[in-house]
Amino acid sequence: MSDEKPPLSLDELDARLRKAKAEQHQHEPDGPRGGASMSGFGMAFRIGTELVAALLVGVGFGLVLDGWLDTAPWFLVVFFFLGAGAGILNVYRAANRMGTAPRLIGDQTPDGDGKGPAEKG
Amino acid sequence: MANPLAQFEIKPIAEIQIGDFDASFTNSSAFMVLTVAAVTLFLVLSMRRRAIVPGRWQSMAELSYEFVANMVRDNVGNEGRRYFPFIFSLFMFILFGNLIGLIPYAFTFTSHIIVTFAMAIVVFLGVTVIGFLRHGVHFLGFFVPKGVHPVMWILLIPIEVLSYLSRPVSLSIRLFANMMAGHTMLKVFAGFIIPLGILGGWAPLAMAVALSGFEFLVAFLQAYVFTVLACLYLNDAVHLH
Repeated sequence: MSDEKPPLSLDELDARLRKAKAEQHQHEPDGPRGGASMSGFGMAFRIGTELVAALLVGVGFGLVLDGWLDTAPWFLVVFFFLGAGAGILNVYRAANRMGTAPRLIGDQTPDGDGKGPAEKG
Repeated sequence: MANPLAQFEIKPIAEIQIGDFDASFTNSSAFMVLTVAAVTLFLVLSMRRRAIVPGRWQSMAELSYEFVANMVRDNVGNEGRRYFPFIFSLFMFILFGNLIGLIPYAFTFTSHIIVTFAMAIVVFLGVTVIGFLRHGVHFLGFFVPKGVHPVMWILLIPIEVLSYLSRPVSLSIRLFANMMAGHTMLKVFAGFIIPLGILGGWAPLAMAVALSGFEFLVAFLQAYVFTVLACLYLNDAVHLH
């Protein structure tokens, strides 16, 4: 008298599972959601390394190209400024991801891939 | 006073020489092996009982699993699931390496830039390969800013490429510098305790205690930051923004 409902067949169970899973996935936007929350110290350090790393890569590239093509110091000069530009771009993107960068006009991506400022060029 | 940088010295345990290449088993390698063993033991032993109501250890293992799983889902989306094993291993390796390094007399291998750079370059190359495999030549469009006059590409594409190449550098510098600075600071303050004696030694002792607590936070935070950035780079390669 207690168990009148027949147990679910495996097919039914499978269908229900798939439905539940699909519903769960629907709620998840495909892509990044919000930035990582970090302490102020971590944030400051992150911004600093982004700037320095790009500059290092730029200067390294310039030095290697100069040594290879015997054109010192021209590639170093060019890549120093390109590296500085890349560093600022990195900082802008990192700050954007943390949601602290100023919003530029026409920049509609909430997660901010930093393509906004390029439009000025 | 003891040299605060002596803790970072690499000492060979078993000397191995392959040709001109020094492949000695060092204290750094020993702690890497120890870390891998600790992670494996932690996960295998705590999940051995597979209880429906988890105990303390199983709860910790499930917590770390869910933490990384959520991180991958939030930052990469559903397509990121297949990369979960790698991200999880990366996170556990760095986290345990950082935490084991906090034990007195232990060696912190994450305080060496070559170790962090090796991990960062694996992430970087892996992400680049995934990007090319998924999108083929279209992945190169990643370096071309949208909505810009083609004349500006001459300037902007090199900047984008440099910005992309700087990723492994910033990723490795961040982890290494945090670990090395923290451990050096701890050692410097600890080194003042005995010379200042019973009257003045309390101040550096209090500082060392506070810093030890802070170092636990940094150990976790840096493991988190490293893996979250790996996820974000993976997201760029998978979704091509």
